[in-house]
Amino acid sequence: MTMTVLSWSLLLAQLMLGAAMLCTTWRVLRGPRAQDRVIGLDALYVCGMLLLLTFGIRSGTSVYFEAALVIALLGFVSTAALAKFLMRGEVIE
Amino acid sequence: MHDAIYLLAAVLLPYLGAVVAALLPANARLLAWLAGCVALATLAMVGLGFAAIEAGGLPRFDLAWAPELGLSFSLRMDGFAGLFAFMVSGIGVLIVLYARYYMSPEDPIPRFFAFLLAFMGSMMGVVLSGNLIQLVFFWELTSLFSFLLIGYWQNVAAARNGARMALTVTAGGGLALFAGVLILGHIVGSYELDAVLASGEAIRAHPLYLPALVLILLGAMTKSAQFPFHFWLPHAMAAPTPVSAYLHSATLVKAGIFLMARLWPVLAGTDAWFNILCPVGLITLLLGAYVAIFQHDMKALLAYSTISHLGLITLLLSLNSDLAMVAAVFHTVNHATFKASLFMAAGIIDHETGTRDIRRLSGLNESMPFTARLALVAAAAMAGVPLLNGFISKEMFFSEALTVATATSVLHGILPVAATLASILAVTYSLRFIHGAFFGPPVDDLPKQPHEPPQFMRVPVEVLVFLCIVVGILPSATIGPLLDKAVRALLGDATPSYSLAVWHGFNLPLAMSLVALAGGIALYRLLYRHLNAGLEGTPLLGFLDGRRAFEQVMVFISWRFARALVRLMATDRLQIQLMLMVCTALLAATLALLPHGLAAGDVALTAVDPVVAIIWAVGGACAIAAAYQAKYHRLAALVLLGSTGLATCLTFIWFSAPDLALTQLLVEIVTTVLLLLGLRWMPRRIETAGSGAPLARLRRLRDFVIAAVSGLGLAAISYAMMTRVSPDGISREFLTRAYKEGGGTNVVNVILVDFRGFDTMGEITVLGVVALTVFALLRRFRPAPESVGVPDQQQGDARDWLLVPSVTMRLLFPVIIAVSIYLLLRGHDQPGGGFIAGLMLAVGILVQYMAGGTRWVEDHLRVLPLRWMGFGLLLAVGTGVAATVFGRPFLTSYFAYADLGPLGKLPLASAVIFDLGVFALVFGATVLILIVLAHQSVRSQRAAPPPPPVEALREPAIAGED
Repeated sequence: MTMTVLSWSLLLAQLMLGAAMLCTTWRVLRGPRAQDRVIGLDALYVCGMLLLLTFGIRSGTSVYFEAALVIALLGFVSTAALAKFLMRGEVIE
Repeated sequence: MHDAIYLLAAVLLPYLGAVVAALLPANARLLAWLAGCVALATLAMVGLGFAAIEAGGLPRFDLAWAPELGLSFSLRMDGFAGLFAFMVSGIGVLIVLYARYYMSPEDPIPRFFAFLLAFMGSMMGVVLSGNLIQLVFFWELTSLFSFLLIGYWQNVAAARNGARMALTVTAGGGLALFAGVLILGHIVGSYELDAVLASGEAIRAHPLYLPALVLILLGAMTKSAQFPFHFWLPHAMAAPTPVSAYLHSATLVKAGIFLMARLWPVLAGTDAWFNILCPVGLITLLLGAYVAIFQHDMKALLAYSTISHLGLITLLLSLNSDLAMVAAVFHTVNHATFKASLFMAAGIIDHETGTRDIRRLSGLNESMPFTARLALVAAAAMAGVPLLNGFISKEMFFSEALTVATATSVLHGILPVAATLASILAVTYSLRFIHGAFFGPPVDDLPKQPHEPPQFMRVPVEVLVFLCIVVGILPSATIGPLLDKAVRALLGDATPSYSLAVWHGFNLPLAMSLVALAGGIALYRLLYRHLNAGLEGTPLLGFLDGRRAFEQVMVFISWRFARALVRLMATDRLQIQLMLMVCTALLAATLALLPHGLAAGDVALTAVDPVVAIIWAVGGACAIAAAYQAKYHRLAALVLLGSTGLATCLTFIWFSAPDLALTQLLVEIVTTVLLLLGLRWMPRRIETAGSGAPLARLRRLRDFVIAAVSGLGLAAISYAMMTRVSPDGISREFLTRAYKEGGGTNVVNVILVDFRGFDTMGEITVLGVVALTVFALLRRFRPAPESVGVPDQQQGDARDWLLVPSVTMRLLFPVIIAVSIYLLLRGHDQPGGGFIAGLMLAVGILVQYMAGGTRWVEDHLRVLPLRWMGFGLLLAVGTGVAATVFGRPFLTSYFAYADLGPLGKLPLASAVIFDLGVFALVFGATVLILIVLAHQSVRSQRAAPPPPPVEALREPAIAGED
């Protein structure tokens, strides 16, 4: 019973995350401003990280959590670099 | 056993001396002592080796080098090699003594002696080599060191040009020789000299004999300055006189003679040998002697006379006669003695009077009587005056010329006449050398007041002249035994009986000698007026200018031909290059697929996973959009690329490749930031330039078609591959052996650092090279003028931007380091490893640069990327070498468990140390590129027209200049 609930909720979560990814992708594709695209990318990273966690739970191993950890720790770097580029014109001053 | 040590010492001592000499301070006396002692010791080693030959042995030294390839380092000394080794080392001793007084204290003395000794070592290597490949190696070394010696006075253009010409000709010939030796080795089946010398019949009968012969002779002829390659030798006279005396008497040019004589037993005896060498030798003999008469520079005169004598020796070798062979070896020795002493005499005159121009010199007999007597005797030996050594070998030459003249061919028939003519010319130029410089009225307009040189500067000349006289009077008692050993080593049992006596009675050769002497004197009288008129150039042969021809060839090859080739084949435009590359790949794939077609395989497809479908939809859409936006909206394209990369990483995870996903994630992050750093310096976009023209539309359509076809083709190939059962490869092997033999449970990592450790080492080396190249290129990078200025966004006076993220970034630094170390250490058993950890740490540094700016980071943190890279590479290599210390193959890994008591067991594998090297190198390389890109901003603002006052702080050091 618990396993059934878990597997259904995992599938549901993954589908919802997929839907979220589609929405953010729309932002990345459409813009209209560069800032919209950057935020979209950041959200995409977050969705990806969560997807990895659900995937890890589904397959029952912790091997995939490192990737999630790396996204959590460093996923923001691209976003920050892009933001800084937009704000200051160069990434490193 | 002792013999082997003598041989090894004879080759290695000079090199060792060269290294020491290069390290010593510029003290002429000390260096000359060192070089003299080394040369003397080498001579002693040769003497000891020769004593072993006398005792009936054949000293040799063998060291297996690459036995699988049949290559070994082997030295052997028979009588012939011994004779040459005596010449090289003996005259080397005298040259060192002479150079001690000749070289001026202003010259960089250590360099001179270092090159001289290294050259001597290379020459010893050539004559003592027991392996043909090794001989070619030392041969090219002599070319190289002679280049350095001839170009010793680097500030003189003539020296540089002469050196370059000598190198081009002799090293080019060396390449031909190498090819010839390879063919020879192919015929014989071994490169060992003994084996080659033992299979003369087989070589001469082989269909490849002619190509091998031509190539080897090309090598010998370029080295020994035979027509038409003779032109480099006179230009090599720009060298210091001791160098000329050494290179052009006993060593460099004699290397070609040595080779021809060495291989004479196996290559000679055919018509091809005679037909190639005889005309060449004859022309060289006559041309050199004729041109020598009209030289006004004493050294140039000697240079052409050297060419002539080399031609004589080549001619003797070409005759396919054993007696001529004896004469050739004998004349080689004689020429070395009298020519070295003459060069030294010319050097003394140059040194003490300040000029070598025969037109200006006169009557030096008054001011330097001793030198005059010595030069007189040496020149007489060169002219072939009786009771001197040159006479005896010349007599042998005459009698050989007469012997072969009985053959029917025209070439044979003219030999006696040509020999007499050449001797007449030789007498004439010898007379000119002596009479022009030492006799006649004394002159007082010389640059220096002439006087006798220091006593010891004359000693080498005295020794050599003494040898000329002794050998000339008592040949069989002095040179006889040595010559006998040498000739027997070459001819073996076929050694003819020859007589070294001075007096053979009244016969035709003697008459020819007398004719030559009388004719030479008469010719000198005849030409006296013309020669003293001081005209430049050679009558009748003025059109023959080897140098001009050489330069025209060089200009053609290195300039016009190269240019034409570039015009024909190359383009500056990146688009076209890329298009050609893609089209080539497309063509190759199509050709490979055409015969078989491209059908999907028969593996059953898995059910569609909706989540994966979504991820792929996201990735695909972003990739297409990125391609669409790439030209005009670079930032948008970059963001889209980032999304595609994320989708790729998720796919990797989905297919259970956590290592790959981790690496790809970090690469994505680093790439995005590095591209952004580069984006700053891109020129502004030009949206309007011809984008609407029909031609441009057509071009873009073409590009689109190419891109689409290539992409779809690649996808089709991938699909076809993935729907087939993969053949049973080595992956299962890796899986079963990873823990058992590599000591790690993460198979990917074990493959990287253990099974394929050598590949990884190559890869990290390449990575290091790439990083250094980027570093070197960007150090001199000058951005487009429009992007030099401060970006628009920074023109205002905004402050405290990104304050919160900056603080977070700094706080994250230790966390990132910790995770990085964690990933490094667990790499051998679980996802992680040096590559991932290195990238991670690099991102950590990157984040600091973003948060604080270049100045802030470099004020607080010293990252020395070059040190990291060097350390990493050394560590990786060191781990590999450590295995060989334990007698295992390179890069064999070792693993064990360390018992830490209550803490449990710690798995230890030497591969982890290797991984640490990978980590350090990846980190260093990434950070190096990052820092050098980051420094562009600092530099450009310095160069920007209005310097912002806030930034006018001290300038931080460029990365890596620590």
